[in-house]
Parts: sequence; C-alpha cells; structure tokens
Amino acid sequence: MPAATTTTAAPPPPPLDFKNSDTIPVLPPSKHQPSLRYPSSGSHRKTIYDRSLSRPPSATSLPAFAYLFNTLITYHHAKSGSVSDIETRLNRAGYPIGVKMLDLLLYRQAAAAPGGFGGAGKSGASGARPTRLLELLQFVHGTLWRGLFGRQADALEQSTTKKNEYMIVDNEPVVNTYVTIPREMSQLNCAAFVAGVVEGVCDAAGFGTEGVSAHWAEGEEMWPGKTIFLLRFREEVMEREEGLKAGGGGG
Amino acid sequence: MQVRTGVCGGARQPEASHPNRYRRRASPVRLHATGLRVSEVAAMVVFALLIINKAGGLIFNRTFAPGLQKLDSNDYLILAGTFHGIHAISRTISPAPPVQPLPGNRRPPTTGIESMESSHFRLTCFQTPTGVKFLLFTSPEQPNTDAVVRRCYEIYGEFVMKNPFYSLEMPVRVEKFDRALGAYLVRP
Repeated sequence: MPAATTTTAAPPPPPLDFKNSDTIPVLPPSKHQPSLRYPSSGSHRKTIYDRSLSRPPSATSLPAFAYLFNTLITYHHAKSGSVSDIETRLNRAGYPIGVKMLDLLLYRQAAAAPGGFGGAGKSGASGARPTRLLELLQFVHGTLWRGLFGRQADALEQSTTKKNEYMIVDNEPVVNTYVTIPREMSQLNCAAFVAGVVEGVCDAAGFGTEGVSAHWAEGEEMWPGKTIFLLRFREEVMEREEGLKAGGGGG
Repeated sequence: MQVRTGVCGGARQPEASHPNRYRRRASPVRLHATGLRVSEVAAMVVFALLIINKAGGLIFNRTFAPGLQKLDSNDYLILAGTFHGIHAISRTISPAPPVQPLPGNRRPPTTGIESMESSHFRLTCFQTPTGVKFLLFTSPEQPNTDAVVRRCYEIYGEFVMKNPFYSLEMPVRVEKFDRALGAYLVRP
C-alpha cells in the first residue's frame, strides 16, 4: 500500500495548478528571450539580414510608418517641456539613421554602377564619399531623398546673407503626411526628424554642421506644409572648401 | 419622416426582403428638426457633418453648403446629445423581431437609427465599432449617402486618428482633416 502511494505521487504537479492550496506558487523566472525575432528554421520567410544590401526594398507601408512616427512624437512630446526640446529630441532620433544611410546609399550606388566597386568616376555614381560641399548637397537633395522618400527634394538654395547656410526645400514632407500641429505650438515642425537624418549624413561625410533644422515656409498658399531644411556648416568646413577651390577643383 | 434601423452583421439586403428592417411612415415632417433650410441650395448636396463621441459629446461639426440656417454652438451640442440618447433608445426598443443567436453566442447588437428622412433632408448615421457616430445631413435626393459617410470616416481615420497631437474623445481641431473634408464635400 505505501509503495502504491509513492508511485502515484511521483509526477510533480503542473506549475500553474494551485486549485487545492491557499498560496499562489511563484513561477520560476522565464528564460531570457532574445528580442530579435527570427523565423523558425524550415520556414522560407526571409529576415532583413537575408536581404541583399544592394537592392533597396520595394515600397514600405506609409500608414505603418505613420504609426511608428506617431508613437515617436507622442513619446518625445510627453517627455519634453518645450517646442525646441521636442525638435531636438526628434533630431537626435534621426541622426543615427543619417549616419547609416550615407554608407548604405554609397554602397548601393557602387553596386549599381557599371564598373562595380572599383569604378573610379568622380561624381556620386562610383560610390565614393562626397568630398566637395556641392557634391554633398546634391547627394542629400537627390540620392538621400530618393532613398528615403522615393523622390527628389523640391529645391536646393544657398542663403543670400550667410555663405555657410544652405537650404533644402520639401514642399510636402512625407513624414508630415498625417501630422497636424496644434495652434499653441505652431512653430513645431516634426520634419526635425528628417533634419536629424540630414545632419547625420553631413557629419558622417566629414562636413561638420552647427545643426540642421526644419522650418515652416511662411505665406505659402499652394503648399501649406512646405518645409525648409536649414543646413549651417561649420567655419572650418567652409575654409577647407575655399582651400580646395583655390587649389584647382579638389586636387 | 422615415426612420430606418438595422441589425449588425450580415450583408446589406434590400429592405423589402430583410425581416429585421422596418420602415415606418409617419405624417411628413414640416418642421426643420435640424434647423437646416434648403431654400437656395441645389437639389443634391451634403449639408453638414457632425461627429459625436461615444459619450454623446459633439466633437466636430461643419456645414458644407451656403444658405443654411445658422445654429449656435449650444444648439449643436443639444442636437448631438439628443440624437445620442434617441439612438441609444432605438437600439434596445425596436419593433423588429429579435434575431435568434447561434447557440453559445450573444445576440448581435442592433445598430440603432441608420437614417432618418423628411421632405427637406436626410440624416444618415454611421456608427463606428468604437462607438463614434458620424451624422451626415444631406438633401433627400443625394444618392449613396452610405458611401459618403464611410469616406468621411476614412478621412477621419487618416488625419485625426493618425495625428499624434489628437487626444481621444476631445473636439477635433485638425487642419488637415478640415482641408481633406473640404476637398471631398465642398462643391467648387
């Protein structure tokens, strides 16, 4: 008889079965789950790491992006006290993207160029890092905008008063598609995120900036969301540019 | 005045064959229940759009046609609150025979008033799954009011719900929503 009781009591009770006890058992700590999702082996789904770097992915869902961007803005809005604080935070959020976008886009350019990676062309298409100011600005205005938003920016201008200031104009920034700014913070432009991306590209290319900021263009009837990205380059960048110009076109 | 209510679920069917749909014909209403007048307005028009949150508060109102009688904001609030109440009553007290639910399922909720017609206007009510109501006032000749009100809901979803600065249940003051709605409903 005792032998029979020991055999029946042998299997331990399932951890969640606390029907017959007064105390709720504490669950053992769960095993660490890596946050990176990876499809189970045997499935044919590809992760982002399996994709070719040189081929850009086809279109991304705008509402999905809007949802993420919305959450980003809500988060920073809740954490910050002023309009300039939100803009700085959005700018910082975009910065690392810019640093990586420079490398990625240059890599793609090189892979797409007919000469492959060894191509020695001068401008852009070879995958060489832009070394002159105008090359960089055209890279941002054309390649970066196409890579991020599928189209070029609408204008590229130099400031008439300060020669270290350049302006990139976007009539309808994609990131602002669903964003309406309430009246009490009408100065806020959420394209500060894109300004951060641009700043990251400039810094990574070796053109230090005093900051890139996004501003609303005022008095615009046709494009109510028209945004001007103001790029202020550092003095030493301008001096170097002068020197290169004097030395015969980047020799 | 004709009032139409319906039952959730299932495809829309022609009214005559649908057992859960009824039409009641009362003497034609001469009184402008909404204060909207159609004197100088063309026959097929959208007059106004009201959005009522799930607590019965008016969160948006806008008129789209010229020559409408002016209502002050208090009247709009009363209109919204009253309709919210009547709508809630019409969901429970309805002469339509109850639908027999499948065993184990709850009875599908009735939608309440879907449209209301008079000789001067038609009111189309669209309730979203979260309880927000869209009231669309049109002329009685306006076709496809269901599609119009659904499109308004889509625009609301795009520019109000995707806007990070909008807080739920609060009055809608979203410029892009106004602009998109104007582009859709205001006749040039």
